[in-house]
Amino acid sequence: MHLPKLHGAHVPHRKNTAGMRPERMPTPKMVSIPMSMHIGAPAEPLVKPGDQVKVGQLIAKAGGFVSSPVHASVSGKVKRIDDVLSGMGRFMKAIVIEADPEQETLEGLAPPVVTDYQSFVDAVRESGVVGLGGAGFPTAVKLSVKDLSKVEAVIINGAECEPYVTSDTRTMLDDGDLIFEGIELLKKYMQVKRVVIGIEKNKPQCVAEMQSRAAKTQGVEVMALPALYPQGGEKVLIYNTIGRVVPEGKLPLDAGAIVLNCTTLAAIARYIKTGMPLVEKVVTVDGSAVREPKNVIAPIGTPVSDLFEFCGGFKSEPKKVLYGGPMMGIAMPDLSCPVMKNTNAVLAFDERDATLPEPTACIRCGSCVDACPLNLMPTEIESAYEKRDVERLKKLKANLCMECGCCAYACPAKRMLVQTNKLAKGLLAADAAAKRAEAERKEKEKARKEAAK
Amino acid sequence: MTSLKASVSPHIRGSRTTHRIMLDVIIALMPTLVASVILFGFRALLLTAISAAACVAFEYIWEKLMKKPITVADLSAVVTGILIAFNVPASMPIWELLVGDLVAIVAVKMLFGGIGCNFVNPALVGRVVMFLSFTADMTNYSYPAAAVDALSSATPLALIASGSIGWEHFMDILCGVHGGVLGETCALTLITGGLYLCAREVIKPIIPLAYIGSTLLFSWIFGSPDPVLSIFSGGLMLGAIYMATDYVTTPFTNLGKLIFGLGCGLLTSLMRVFANSAGAVSFSILLMNLVVPYINELTMPKPFGGVTEK
Repeated sequence: MHLPKLHGAHVPHRKNTAGMRPERMPTPKMVSIPMSMHIGAPAEPLVKPGDQVKVGQLIAKAGGFVSSPVHASVSGKVKRIDDVLSGMGRFMKAIVIEADPEQETLEGLAPPVVTDYQSFVDAVRESGVVGLGGAGFPTAVKLSVKDLSKVEAVIINGAECEPYVTSDTRTMLDDGDLIFEGIELLKKYMQVKRVVIGIEKNKPQCVAEMQSRAAKTQGVEVMALPALYPQGGEKVLIYNTIGRVVPEGKLPLDAGAIVLNCTTLAAIARYIKTGMPLVEKVVTVDGSAVREPKNVIAPIGTPVSDLFEFCGGFKSEPKKVLYGGPMMGIAMPDLSCPVMKNTNAVLAFDERDATLPEPTACIRCGSCVDACPLNLMPTEIESAYEKRDVERLKKLKANLCMECGCCAYACPAKRMLVQTNKLAKGLLAADAAAKRAEAERKEKEKARKEAAK
Repeated sequence: MTSLKASVSPHIRGSRTTHRIMLDVIIALMPTLVASVILFGFRALLLTAISAAACVAFEYIWEKLMKKPITVADLSAVVTGILIAFNVPASMPIWELLVGDLVAIVAVKMLFGGIGCNFVNPALVGRVVMFLSFTADMTNYSYPAAAVDALSSATPLALIASGSIGWEHFMDILCGVHGGVLGETCALTLITGGLYLCAREVIKPIIPLAYIGSTLLFSWIFGSPDPVLSIFSGGLMLGAIYMATDYVTTPFTNLGKLIFGLGCGLLTSLMRVFANSAGAVSFSILLMNLVVPYINELTMPKPFGGVTEK
């Protein structure tokens, strides 16, 4: 079967830290662990100021089905439950813990009892694991499948297509055992027949490592994918590994696939093996302002300033600091922002790298159209948005945009295409909401008239 | 602590800029300028320099008067200026050339909102306006001193159409040793520049190939005496490689570009075989410019996984 190739952008790799084994940083004095480190309802605190907690202890329970529990990443005393600044610049509830000098793990931490599919999904829920590639979608929800026969393949995402970020690279090199234990769990409890590990070609050592392990395992294939951003985008990865297209408004499962980030899978396997929930992350610390870029093992909730300090501090004043890679990362408002479950990198850039070129007029060269992996027309979306033309935006399928940034990267006029696209999606959502409200109002009106008769 | 910058991703940008693209086009046009000076003398350089400077000046003055940001640094006006000069003969009076520049920059480009907003190619409109206003001067072709007798009077297109020259003059035609406007005669340097633009990924070869290929095919179908020679003469190479590939006035997608190129080829052959050969390329491209929005609409790429609402 011949599949047309998807477009993308040839972004620089800058995997400076790929060869660096993660180093454990000293326990931070204070951590602030947010209740919203996942998509869905915030977790609900179970502790109050003054409580003593230990590493691995449940401190907040899931706030609903689409939510995730949160565990203490250090042992110490709960100082307060407070609003802290999130990466998005909003305030979010967080449990602030002052760490003890001696770090104690919760006694009685034992591997969960997993016997069947249901107990497996329960264990995943209790582990606090969410999509660690960046999305933060609760993994237990993703694995809650009504009809397991629909799962034709599980795709392990080791693409790691963002520049700089190497935490998944390290998982594949250092925690290969856990990834393959995770694969065995999926095979055993979810009857998964086919597992595909997708890795960008620019990580030959990871491809080789995974291949040598896959050779000893039934039903696991490793695919070396082109080093073309955004290879790790869910829809792109599904298409490039198993050749399926996820239709608009549907889930990967509707295309027969579940995609799990390799670090997510390793975290699940670690919990089921040891009983230790997700309390720490390997975080790539890099960027032009950082003195000694490193991969750092950091407790969740650690202020990013502590990570930079552990990496020798700044060699120049940081002007922009990101959660995640430069293509889709979020610029954080303040260095006090904490490491979250889905933080795979924190990057600090100096003045030069923090300054984006000024946008100039669109020359309609079509570079953005050529770059879009989803075959959208960013320049047309931009002009439709400027006219607030909702019908045209619908026709252009602005809603499909995954904000990967290829268009803005490719644009010679340096237009803020992703920003406009986000706004366009907001406009579409607002329009849909207004239409729904209008329909509801009419419905009520009708009911009222009926009743009056 | 609050000195951190916040912006929407992506936080890095590619190295391509409008300035660099325009600079590449200028670089690609340089071999042809050199050829033109060799063929037609120093006046070729003079006219080109004046035209480029005038276009920049008109854009600058307009933007100053209108209190708009000055955009001349993007070099697009320089490209327009060179292309307009390449479309006039060496004997063209300077003031007439300036009229062409003025029309191109002010009437076609700036009045519609500047770079990216014009719906037809400014240089081509400049050319057509000069052609219609100063027909005698625009067709008062100069002849290189080195031209052989057969090629020292009419343009090769006219000669081919009347069957009076043939393949024995192929090398002369390829190298531009014949009558014509400044930048159209030397097919060799025009193609070299085109290859450079393709290598630099400034243009895709689709439009030039479709345009030139279809001109060849349709000219043959319509019974042109020598279709192969005719594609190397007249304004076709200059038009197909440098004017029909203008971003603003050509379709986005590869299929759209193919349709555009084929349309240009069809119109050019029709005009060359059944009407007056002079200006065929300009009018063909301009006519196709006008239908670009429709081509774009018809060839809109299918969004990946997109579902059409019923």
